[in-house]
Amino acid sequence: MTTAHDVEPMVKANAICKNFGSNQVLKGIDLHVQPGEVVCLIGPSGSGKSTFLRCINHLETVDGGRMWVNGKIVGYDLKGSKLYEQSHNDVCRSRSEVGMVFQQFNLFPHMTVLENLIEAPRLVRKEKKAEAVARAMTLLEKVGLAEKAQAYPRQLSGGQQQRVAIARALCMEPQLMLFDEPTSALDPELVGEVLKVMKDLANSGMTMVVVTHEMNFARDVADRVVFMADGHVVEQGPAREVITNPQNERTKAFLASVLSEPAAA
Amino acid sequence: MTAVTTRTEQAAATSDGYTVVKAKHPGRWLSAVVIIVIAGLLLRSVITNPNFGWDIVGLYLRDVSIGRGILVTLGLTAISMAIGIVLGVIFAVMRLSANPIVRSAAFAYVNFFRGTPVLVQLLFWFNLAALYPVITLGIPGVQLDANQLITPMTAAILGLGLNQGAYMSEIVRAGILSVDHGQTEAAEALGITRLQTMRRVVLPQAMRVIIPPTGNETIGMLKTTALVSVISVPELLYSAQIIYARTFETVPLLIVASLWYLLITSILTVGQYYLERRFARGNQRNLPPTPLQQLKRFFATHDALSLKGGKK
Repeated sequence: MTTAHDVEPMVKANAICKNFGSNQVLKGIDLHVQPGEVVCLIGPSGSGKSTFLRCINHLETVDGGRMWVNGKIVGYDLKGSKLYEQSHNDVCRSRSEVGMVFQQFNLFPHMTVLENLIEAPRLVRKEKKAEAVARAMTLLEKVGLAEKAQAYPRQLSGGQQQRVAIARALCMEPQLMLFDEPTSALDPELVGEVLKVMKDLANSGMTMVVVTHEMNFARDVADRVVFMADGHVVEQGPAREVITNPQNERTKAFLASVLSEPAAA
Repeated sequence: MTAVTTRTEQAAATSDGYTVVKAKHPGRWLSAVVIIVIAGLLLRSVITNPNFGWDIVGLYLRDVSIGRGILVTLGLTAISMAIGIVLGVIFAVMRLSANPIVRSAAFAYVNFFRGTPVLVQLLFWFNLAALYPVITLGIPGVQLDANQLITPMTAAILGLGLNQGAYMSEIVRAGILSVDHGQTEAAEALGITRLQTMRRVVLPQAMRVIIPPTGNETIGMLKTTALVSVISVPELLYSAQIIYARTFETVPLLIVASLWYLLITSILTVGQYYLERRFARGNQRNLPPTPLQQLKRFFATHDALSLKGGKK
């Protein structure tokens, strides 16, 4: 147990295991993320990065180990020494403190940009419309899309849609932001505008866990890089160190194959 | 310019000196002529055969009791469809439930009501009093006389509504399944509850898939209401039947009923077109103009042209 003076980690994962049928995707992941820290998860596809990210906000249930977010066990209420599984609505309430950005943006296509942003604050936090709209407009300003407030998602480019998705997640004023390959579905020339928004967010002190293939972003923005392979954490450390001078053989091989691509923005 | 060249040859001559002769379509001409001749013969017989009784049709087209019948038909269609849609959504969500008992119950409902003819169901509801003379609903103190409760109208609404619910649930289910799973996930990640997600995110998007077949079902329902004439609900067909039972002008009155059915379904078809457009919002960057808009645009451009010409 931590003492009062220790800083409680924003994310504390202990020996997280996850199976899909007979296939074990996560084989005991330990990871702590401190408040204000930016952690990039890198690794080959199928290494379990995205699955682990989805375990953090309980989009996937874990089959073994324990996950804490902001000092609370994910998916359970602790009373005395007993863990009570949370009802769906309680899970939802805790999720609202964690923002998530998806590879495919997943904006609501039948709502305008502004409606996308104020939907969750209105439904989940029962906010007044004027209040939610005011915050939404500030956030749209921040991601440079204030003039698109009344547009529908289909009328925007991929990069603009992803910036809206980030603003939508921020509109719930989360304490932690999860990014699941936020630039993988974008045309190369649109990647930069999304990374810039994420960099600004990191500089503002947001705690972020980012699954990404953008090694330059990981090196320049992340505090720490975690390399995963086959459901294990293979290597982790300060971002620049891991990327420029990897120690593990698998990390070396992976980085060599990724960095040789000229596409890195 | 030689005087013998015809206009078509002039138009077909290309810049490199060849003359292009368009393909002839004798088959098209032949089929068009055959159809026009058949249509003409049909029309002639419709006009000249006195048994159609067009003067009587004209007389009864605006008859008061026919008008009342139309109102009953419209009301019955609206109420039955409303019940059908509400039940359809409920049973569609039940079919997708994680609870196997709930799922099976919804399946049993759909299977039963789709698997028996609606005419038989209507007769069953109409004769409910023979099955349960007193309806208690299992609540102590509730004693309802089935003969008073189940009027022809309630039997019709129950029969049509419950039957429609089974069909609608399949349509709604297909609509829900058509919405990308990422939408539910995004809503869940924002902390929106399952019920709110269904209501605010999934169903509005499912509408695009649900609306067209629902329009068809509504038009189908309008015609199915004619079945309740067998349990003597005074809707459009039954109103016509009452008149021809008295006057023996069977065919003219059936034509009166048919014309009204045709008119109402035509109006509903137009309504469906605009409803579909509304729910296509956000899925297409630019909607194609409606026929009305096309017409307006046509006249607008021609006005502009004539104005220009006037200024010269």
